[in-house]
Amino acid sequence: MATLSAPRIVSSRAEFADSHTLTRYLATGGYRALRKALTMFPEAVAAEVDEASLLGRGGAGFPAGRKWSMLRKSHISYLVVNGDESEPATFKDHYLVEGDPHQLVEGVIIAAYALQVTRAFIFIRGEFALGLERVQQAVNEAYDHGALGSKIFATDFSLDIVVHPGAGAYICGEETALIEALEGKRGFPRIKPPFFPAVTGLYGEPTVVNNVETMSNLPWIVENGGAAFAALGGGRSTGTRLFALAGRVKNPGVYEIEMVKNTFRDLIYDPQLGGGVIGDRAIKAIIPGGVSAPWFGPELLDLPLGQDEVAEKGSMLGSGSIVVMDDTTCVVRAAWRITKFFSRESCGQCTPCREGSGWIERVMYRLEHGGGRMEDIDLLLDLCDNIAPGLTWPPQQTTICVLGPSIPSSVHSAIQMFRDDFVAHVRHGGCPHD
Amino acid sequence: MTDVIRTTVTITLNGRSVEAQPGELLIEAAERAGTYIPRFCYHPRMEPVGVCRMCLVEVDSPRGATLQPACYLKVNDGMNVVTDSEKVKKAQDGVIEFLLANHPLDCPVCDKGGECPLQDQTLAHGSGETRFVEEKRHFVKPVEIGELVLLDRERCIQCARCTRFASEVAGDAQIAFAGRGDLLEVAPSPTQPFDSVFSGNTVQICPVGALTATPYRFSARPWDLEQVESTCTTCSVGCRVAVQSSGNRLSRVLGVDSDPVNHGWLCDKGRFALDSIDGNEDSTDPLNAATRITEPMVRRDGVLSSVSWGEALGEAAKLLREAASTPNGVGAIGGAALTNEGAFAWERFLRGVLGTENIDAQYGDGLDAALLQALPKATIDEAASAATVVTLTGDLREELPILFLRLRESAVRYHRSIVELAFGASALRSVARVTLPVRPGEAHLVAQALAKSGPGVPPGVAFGEAELLEARRLIGESGDGVVFVVGRPNVAEGAGVLETALRHLAERFPQAKFLPVLRRSNVNGALDMGLGPRLRPGRGFAAEVEGRDALEQLGAVRGGEQRALLLLGGCLLGNVLDVAGAREALDKADVVVVTGHGGASLAYANVVLPAAVQHERLGTVTNIEGRVTAVAPKIVAPGSAWPDVAIAAELAEEFGQSIGLTSVEQAARAIEETTGYPALSVMNDATTDGIVVGRTSERSPRRPLDPMAFPGIRSTETVGLGTRVGATALDGATSSPAPSGATLAEARAGRGVDVPLADAYSLRVNLSRRLYDNGIAVQGSPALHNLRAVTTLRLNHFDIDRLGVATGDQVNVIGPRGQVRLPVALDDAVPRGTTEIAFGSLDESGADVIRPILDGERVIAQVRLETK
Amino acid sequence: MSHFRIDIRQRAEELVALYPRARSAMLPLLHLAQEQDGYLSDEGIAEVAELTATTPADVRGTASFYDMFHLEPVGKYVVGVCTNIACLLAGGEEMLEHASAQLGCPVGGTSSDGLFTLEESECLADCNIAPVVQVNHRFVRTTTPEAFDAMIEDLRAGRLDHDVPSHGMLIRVRRSSGLRAPHAEVAEQRAVAKEAREQRTNQETK
Ligand SMILES: Cc1cc2nc3c(=O)[nH]c(=O)nc-3n(C[C@H](O)[C@H](O)[C@H](O)COP(=O)(O)O)c2cc1C
Ligand code: SF4
Ligand code: FES
Repeated sequence: MATLSAPRIVSSRAEFADSHTLTRYLATGGYRALRKALTMFPEAVAAEVDEASLLGRGGAGFPAGRKWSMLRKSHISYLVVNGDESEPATFKDHYLVEGDPHQLVEGVIIAAYALQVTRAFIFIRGEFALGLERVQQAVNEAYDHGALGSKIFATDFSLDIVVHPGAGAYICGEETALIEALEGKRGFPRIKPPFFPAVTGLYGEPTVVNNVETMSNLPWIVENGGAAFAALGGGRSTGTRLFALAGRVKNPGVYEIEMVKNTFRDLIYDPQLGGGVIGDRAIKAIIPGGVSAPWFGPELLDLPLGQDEVAEKGSMLGSGSIVVMDDTTCVVRAAWRITKFFSRESCGQCTPCREGSGWIERVMYRLEHGGGRMEDIDLLLDLCDNIAPGLTWPPQQTTICVLGPSIPSSVHSAIQMFRDDFVAHVRHGGCPHD
Repeated sequence: MTDVIRTTVTITLNGRSVEAQPGELLIEAAERAGTYIPRFCYHPRMEPVGVCRMCLVEVDSPRGATLQPACYLKVNDGMNVVTDSEKVKKAQDGVIEFLLANHPLDCPVCDKGGECPLQDQTLAHGSGETRFVEEKRHFVKPVEIGELVLLDRERCIQCARCTRFASEVAGDAQIAFAGRGDLLEVAPSPTQPFDSVFSGNTVQICPVGALTATPYRFSARPWDLEQVESTCTTCSVGCRVAVQSSGNRLSRVLGVDSDPVNHGWLCDKGRFALDSIDGNEDSTDPLNAATRITEPMVRRDGVLSSVSWGEALGEAAKLLREAASTPNGVGAIGGAALTNEGAFAWERFLRGVLGTENIDAQYGDGLDAALLQALPKATIDEAASAATVVTLTGDLREELPILFLRLRESAVRYHRSIVELAFGASALRSVARVTLPVRPGEAHLVAQALAKSGPGVPPGVAFGEAELLEARRLIGESGDGVVFVVGRPNVAEGAGVLETALRHLAERFPQAKFLPVLRRSNVNGALDMGLGPRLRPGRGFAAEVEGRDALEQLGAVRGGEQRALLLLGGCLLGNVLDVAGAREALDKADVVVVTGHGGASLAYANVVLPAAVQHERLGTVTNIEGRVTAVAPKIVAPGSAWPDVAIAAELAEEFGQSIGLTSVEQAARAIEETTGYPALSVMNDATTDGIVVGRTSERSPRRPLDPMAFPGIRSTETVGLGTRVGATALDGATSSPAPSGATLAEARAGRGVDVPLADAYSLRVNLSRRLYDNGIAVQGSPALHNLRAVTTLRLNHFDIDRLGVATGDQVNVIGPRGQVRLPVALDDAVPRGTTEIAFGSLDESGADVIRPILDGERVIAQVRLETK
Repeated sequence: MSHFRIDIRQRAEELVALYPRARSAMLPLLHLAQEQDGYLSDEGIAEVAELTATTPADVRGTASFYDMFHLEPVGKYVVGVCTNIACLLAGGEEMLEHASAQLGCPVGGTSSDGLFTLEESECLADCNIAPVVQVNHRFVRTTTPEAFDAMIEDLRAGRLDHDVPSHGMLIRVRRSSGLRAPHAEVAEQRAVAKEAREQRTNQETK
């Protein structure tokens, strides 16, 4: 049974149809945390976040407090919020920007105050037309409410937030590509080092990039204290988290549950959550953290939903999206479709990613749609190895960003777990499920 | 505490201990240590981007050894690097295999075949057999993306060299990446062709055959090409080039990486004008600049007819002797197209044999040679590394394109300041810290304003106090660390304006240095060899004598005081502002022309002597900074054209005298022995970056020639004499030219100028230079002549509104000597009350219409518009 | 001469003013150009190049990186059907095939009446209501062929005009104000503070 005792931290207004309005927001405690934060020293606000041990919710899971502390005392710096959410099967930020935009805006103002920046940009995926409108509306209302602009709530702190629309490119979720897009360029990820935008980011200035969900946690943390947050969850994975559950489950959706205290099985089967597999069929495999993550078989369903716990088993919790594939699923088709995604979304800078993704996709297409050869299976593994040498986790990479080594995840997982299915595809001359 | 400044760091490279410079890129450090790491996207003259991933090597890190791009990683003390492990080899082989996956197998028909980095790396690293059985990517085969460049996208490996060059180096992103992933392609805008004046560089650095040059395409195979290293003499920057020919035909010019000069880059005029050298084969009319003059000619019964050398020399000597018999009756104009040795020979002939002091290598559009001698000189490197550069010139991208690139890089990559005194449109404007717009006839006032302190701007100027103060701040009190880059911005403005400005600046900022930019090929060398009034070979100056400059000579001919003109190369009529006055003079004079090409002036020639031109002759030239470099012959001059030294020597013989020179080598030796000017030293060691006159030359070793960085250039053969002549050794040589150059006090020029009041109803004319003008290089080049500028009247929007005209309108332009109809073009870089017109541009009918209507004598030129 | 309508030009200039550097406004400006013309015309691209101090080739190249920008004219409605993993498992490919048949155009093509352009989308982040269909980047939440057909009918009849504006109109909520925080002042204060700090540390190390 799932442990559902934890408070709802970021999805507390889920039951209200007007959760996106300022009226509802104020009626449910909105902007109280900001007023409180403004009475504290900025360092004290940052210290609460540090104490909460809030791990970034964008995928890499880096502690927000630690990242903030890297922002050197510099006379210009920026805060950038990552709302590009394009990792397949991830849809939690979509929920937050449409459902609770003021909570996001308040979180951003709190972070900006803690970091003492005067400019923040909220980058939102272009395909979220409604989300863009709602966040812009919230920003407008925040200005009118005195929560943004010059001398916020009559304190000395001033901040401008600009809502920046994306335009359809998955790679812009990668923080340095996002910064390039914000500078008006093609979304080419920047080469590392420097490893963090906190060293050189937007316009070469120190910049903190945080995910929408990360930001949305801040009002609660400031109001209730970092310790209260840290008391939830377990190990390094403190607090609750939004999990996006999709695929062959009865109740797909976004669920906020405590980390570590719950397992994959809880999330998928609890009647208040996923409600089990459609048609009560057997699970064939799950993708535990977005399509960049290596797959798990059903034997790992009892693994706790914790960052380190998942990493230990050779995958990642990533963006917090879980895809369930049941025994009717063709894993070759699934892996092909995921590869096609990477091939379409590779930015094209790095040779192994640009050419490798296209090559693998074409081989996978043949296997699935007819024309596969037995030697293709090992060819695939070797091509994967040329992109991510060793095919280990965390991956070694031959590319600038980790999109490259994400390409092999699904193909490698599928071949390793279900080689027989590939052989069957070759023998059958196409997909036996068709 | 004592600061220990580390000058080297130590890294471990494949188990060896290797010294490197702190902050150096690993790929460079390894290369110097003899370990070549394969690469595609890395180019030593651009910022690394690390995208091709070919240069991956294993580097130890806290997380174990990881694969890192050597082109991007900077060395750290103690860094442990492995470049030859199995893991590295697999990664590199993998990259090659990925690159070839979509690459067409058309090497046999590809221009790059035989000199293709991808082909070379494949042979070195590729597996030899392909595992890629899928359909390759297809694009329409070569598309013409500009007048000079073709793009074959199937061959592109997305290394971003061309797009980076366009945006970072040239500053003009006319091509950019389009698309994403494996559909990433290089693309121009459909509305704007790739017509950058630097487009050829993208072809040169493309590591595959994706970008090819229209003029070179299919004209030769690399293994048929022979090559020499030489100096480009299309303008006076003196870029180092590799000149390649197939048989006796020039095939291609490529930029050689010269650290102090061109960094491997060339402008398109220098690169593609080579087909103008042997002239347009269809053209035999000597009045056409595109005609190559290959035989001596003498005017008989009003027409020029080919004769023997003996006859032509005899006739020339007769005319000159007769003219020289009256005092001051003869003079010479021209010489900028000569080598130093040719100029030196002609100087001996003119002063020694003819006894004349009427000598001028400029056409009234340059600067006073004595003033130039007197200014403290800067090198290109000094200008490109000065904390502040102040430009008082025309648009450098149009005049001296590679100098523009060097200054642009200084501003953009190294964040140094440019203060621009802008006379019109200028490509440097977008990177300049401060721009002070200056109208014709105002440069000296602006210089005075810069030289003053305190508030206020001079009345009437087109800039505000804030800009002036900022400019002053950047120049500082004494001009320490400042380089002024100076040249005549406006052919229609009297020389006195800029010369006065220069004198002010030189006197006011004694610590500043000057880089004078006379733009015609070897004009600096010609002046150094004494081809100017009062000048002497080796930068000498004879304060006591008198001589006529070019404009004075033309005046003297018109006035009957001078009878003969010896024209040394170039086309007098194509270069002077006052065409009518020049025609009148040529009509009256006995004219002897020594030239490589035809041109309008030949209509007035009595004798024409054919000379060898660039790529046909050996010698040295001197660039704007006084750098002497070698030029080498690659082909044999056509017909019976001779080197200038031979022509001058033989002509002297006709006078029964000798100039003491019978060969170029001997001339070079004589120059060096009599003046210390390093001609022989340079010629003896012809594949170096040369020697700057008057400076101790520290010979920096050339970077090893990496075919990946400069595809197509073979290790350069030694050119020049092969065996050393004389004992002059270059190493550590300090050239010591005759030390008696002019001083500021001795120079007459720049002591003030009277600018007439501008007429409020008129527009002042800025006749500015364009790269693609009507000169021989462009006119005679099938590749370039379509790019010639069209004459337009450029006005800013304020004047367009004030005058009630619209862009594209044809208006009557009324000058003091006539009127023409010209179209109006909008250009907000032109200061108010001014119109900018391109010198050497042609109107729709192909005529050069603007000079004839201007008054060549005035300090500023003005026109009125008739708009109804 | 501006290609943008007066109101669009004014909004464009407001956008540019929001960023420390003009080029940063690239994506919003391209959306705006698309709002006016329905796609990115050569004239629109030229105007964006002017506003961002870049070149047409650069703007076009940048725009072509992003899926939402169309360099060729498209229908009034751009219909996107997701076939990525969650939708694949819920019949996304079948939905795409159905849409193609219903609209009478191939994927990437435009219906003969010029009204609809059909695209295969990558994951649109609404995976609990799969397969996901978007029209002009509005989630229409039609997961069955029947619902899809009805939705198309509604669009044709103009019944969805309020929810689904024509292609290119992305964000109907305008920013209500320009920048308000005193950025220059703050930057100056910080610069002073930074210098003071550096001096202090210098003294301490001496
Ligand atoms: C290919 C790729 C795509 C990414 N997409 C997203 C995304 O859509 N949203 C997001 O917040 N982070 C994304 N990230 C992670 C970001 O780079 C970055 O780590 C994150 O925004 C930091 O915020 P956080 O510390 O609050 O998690 C992506 C990373 C990669 C490599
Ligand atoms: S790994 Fe792929 S997506 Fe990432 S920078 Fe390289 S090419 Fe672009
Ligand atoms: S990545 Fe280093 S040379 Fe291309």
